[in-house]
Amino acid sequence: MPEVTSDESADEPDGGVQIDLISGARMEGLTSMEKIRLILDGVRDGNIVILEEGLSPDEESKLIEVTMTEISPDDFSGIEIETYPQSQATDQSLLDRLMGRESAKKLTVIGPANQLETLHKDETLISALVSRK
Amino acid sequence: MGLLTNLRDSVSRVTDRLFTDSEPKRIGIYGPPNAGKTTLANRIARDWTGDAVGPESHIPHETRRARRKEGVEIERNGRKVTIDIVDTPGVTTKVDYKEFLDHEMEKDDAVRRSREATEGVAEAMHWLREDVDGVIYVLDSTTDPFTQVNTMLIGIIESQDLPVLILANKTDLPESNVQRVANAFPQHETIPLSALEGENMDEVYDKIAEYFG
Ligand SMILES: Nc1nc2c(ncn2[C@@H]2O[C@H](COP(=O)(O)OP(=O)(O)OP(=O)(O)O)[C@@H](O)[C@H]2O)c(=O)[nH]1
Ligand SMILES: [Mg+2]
Repeated sequence: MPEVTSDESADEPDGGVQIDLISGARMEGLTSMEKIRLILDGVRDGNIVILEEGLSPDEESKLIEVTMTEISPDDFSGIEIETYPQSQATDQSLLDRLMGRESAKKLTVIGPANQLETLHKDETLISALVSRK
Repeated sequence: MGLLTNLRDSVSRVTDRLFTDSEPKRIGIYGPPNAGKTTLANRIARDWTGDAVGPESHIPHETRRARRKEGVEIERNGRKVTIDIVDTPGVTTKVDYKEFLDHEMEKDDAVRRSREATEGVAEAMHWLREDVDGVIYVLDSTTDPFTQVNTMLIGIIESQDLPVLILANKTDLPESNVQRVANAFPQHETIPLSALEGENMDEVYDKIAEYFG
């Protein structure tokens, strides 16, 4: 499987912003730590990472933990992460649990905290501003 | 009859004590930075043990190491509930030391504060997965509760099936909006309070006893 890298775009003189859209199928075979590495390697290269199916709560918790251990002054100040907020109507966690399903799959956007800024967010729309480094 | 009841009473008293003494529930106080977690932890500790847990501050990330107060006995309706309270650092996905420079801090101090904060948050997240029996989730009711950190943390807590009480803090402030907090997490009970002024603490203790007793 080819690695997701940003080597080509990172060196471009007019430095655009690379966006990686990672399918659920691609994430499926990975362990939690592999998923977190994939995300953080991308984000630390200045990319915006979009996950088709998001992470489980446990993986989100580990993502926060690993992000914290990697923050360093003037180099990496952490991540911005966005999913649609759950409303009462869309909250199916009880049903999901009854049905033995994993957490509802949800589109997730992750980027460097200093480059990704959420402008607006509701149950059906995430609007964000991406800036260059 | 009398003898049997007495015996039963004393047996259940012993087992009660055995249970509460051997393993008080460990209750993590979680929430975003500056919500008033330490102010609440200090109030609980002062009300029931006489001393405090740690320093409070308007500068975010004042708490950078989880602090534990063990064996806090809360009495409700003649019943004793013993808990360990753990005051945790405010959870976030980003820490930029430059924000502390606005609080008239030297760069060295700001960098140290941010490093300690990140270590503390990592530790608090780890504990939440491994080491906590229940959660008091504190929110500043004057701010928007629909943040990504709140959504993720409540999701993490729910996925572990931990009992959780949501506290809408700072009701003494005019901008406080308890209903907005309740609407954000309709699947949970929201209790309003002012940890600073000590408003509505009776209900908070009733609920702590009910949820974690
Ligand atoms: N008006 C008002 N202010 C409060 C209340 N509770 C806490 N505060 C203030 O909010 C600020 C933050 O309080 P802390 O208890 O340090 O908050 P924290 O959640 O522990 O913050 P971190 O440790 O940085 O995550 C302090 O200035 C407190 O005095 C309250 O009920 N009402
Ligand atoms: Mg604190």
